[in-house]
Amino acid sequence: MEEQLRGFIKGRFGDAVIEESEFKGEQSFYIKPESLVEICQALLDDNDLQVRFLSDITAVDWLGHERESRGRYEVVYNLYSIPHAYRFFLKVHLSADDPRIASLCDLWPSANWLEREVFDLFGIRFEGHPKLEKILTPDDLEGHPLRKDFPLTYELPRFSWNKDQPPEVIK
Amino acid sequence: MPEKKTVTLNMGPQHPSTHGVLRVIVELDGERVVSAEPVIGYLHTGIEKTMESKLYYKALPCTDRMDYLAPMSNNLGYCLAVEKLMDVEVPEKVQWARVCLAELTRINSHLVWLGTHSIDLGAMSMLLYTFRERESIIDVYEACGGQRMMTSYIRIGGLAQDLPVDFDKKVRRVVKQVTNGLADYENLLTNNEIFINRTRDVAVISAEEAIAWSLSGPMLRGSGVKHDLRKANPYSGYENFDFEIAYGEKGDAYDRYLLRLKEIRQSLRIINQALDGMPEGPYRAHVPGVVLPPKEDVLYKMESMIFHFKIITEGFNAPVGSVYQAIESPKGELGFYIAGDGSNRPRRVRVRPPSFINLAALPRLVEGSMFSDVVCAIGSIDIVLGEVDR
Repeated sequence: MEEQLRGFIKGRFGDAVIEESEFKGEQSFYIKPESLVEICQALLDDNDLQVRFLSDITAVDWLGHERESRGRYEVVYNLYSIPHAYRFFLKVHLSADDPRIASLCDLWPSANWLEREVFDLFGIRFEGHPKLEKILTPDDLEGHPLRKDFPLTYELPRFSWNKDQPPEVIK
Repeated sequence: MPEKKTVTLNMGPQHPSTHGVLRVIVELDGERVVSAEPVIGYLHTGIEKTMESKLYYKALPCTDRMDYLAPMSNNLGYCLAVEKLMDVEVPEKVQWARVCLAELTRINSHLVWLGTHSIDLGAMSMLLYTFRERESIIDVYEACGGQRMMTSYIRIGGLAQDLPVDFDKKVRRVVKQVTNGLADYENLLTNNEIFINRTRDVAVISAEEAIAWSLSGPMLRGSGVKHDLRKANPYSGYENFDFEIAYGEKGDAYDRYLLRLKEIRQSLRIINQALDGMPEGPYRAHVPGVVLPPKEDVLYKMESMIFHFKIITEGFNAPVGSVYQAIESPKGELGFYIAGDGSNRPRRVRVRPPSFINLAALPRLVEGSMFSDVVCAIGSIDIVLGEVDR
């Protein structure tokens, strides 16, 4: 399956693949953002590979790491072929300012909530998404919590109350 | 002729049949559901963010708090992912003990599901029976890790401590009790006319659609797809066990009920095999610098104490790269995507929550059905809001 998949993706979309990597036995393809939908559609339509199961969509923020040079955000598409019991990843790097990528909602209905979650927590916009709104965080929360520049803050539990003294927020 | 009007009804977040704090906005035409929209996030506690700020070791207790009905499965998924990232191989005894505990957890989760799902449909006494059996499973947890719900017993590279001396006896008692209990449940529900009327042909989803909606676990197998990660991509030594994948045919709520009962039977089979063949050996892998040394050694050996101190205070550095480890949790495919960045804290911990993704299909399941079937549909998905919102 590994060879077959490599032949399929590199043969048909050779220009779109930036790099293929293997880490701990998991195959990933770094692809160009503009060819994502095209590749996914081809994978869905292919009757030999049978990649029909979109397992997960997530993102990683590489702020402050050497990988940031490829693009700050890495969007990870986790695809699975049930008949072959084979899992692989399509990965896309997006730049820090105004990260955008095409939505997969037309291909998989399950992409709807997964993309909403990535939008909510990372602020990556999915173009063509029917309802790109917050899903987990409260409406009045500003910012995207899973970005690395979003501080992890907490308030100290207060054992006495003094109205002149505001609660201490620790960053 | 008056104009045809629809009514928008709010259900939850405080509603007993929503299994936590799920809110569903239902648009009704008479008794028919035109559309339904789940609203989630009431229990969002930023567990992924919290885990990213902790050492690999110390992120573990966050995992039980997601799917609190299946704590051991969550521990297992996280530990397997970190072990994959750090190339840790665990001893055989640990694998067998983990399989045994994971299957007990599956029974635990399915029992709570069965009790609450029946209450949703009006069968009050089921909960009392299922909690009777669940209690003895919780007792096993308590004997193992000292905690009844948030066990954190499965640790990176092994277990928190050795299995209790009477583990075998205790678990065999559970197996016997659950086997007897199953007969009670079947008597009460399987041929119960009211139960069948409430669940047959309700919340139906076909195999193709189930795959398109990325459903997993009983939701996928209920539609007839023979996919179980324990068989497809075995982890933690599942390939050594002899069991069958249960699957349904029609993909309705009744099929999923039968399927979960079958899964409990298969779990009992696996537990029996695990108990019979439980190997002897250490309860933790020997990987200095990554896996904590056993507590007995820490008290008497200098090197063990140094490693213990180092792991607790500064942890270990993971390589740059990401791994994904999925396990078949009671609710479906529970995956941990961990990206290491060379430091002692994970760059990203992503949990692939089966409840969240299964719940996304709720609008599709209830579209065009009767309003009372919404309750049945939510129940048959088997969600835990702690995991949906994280």
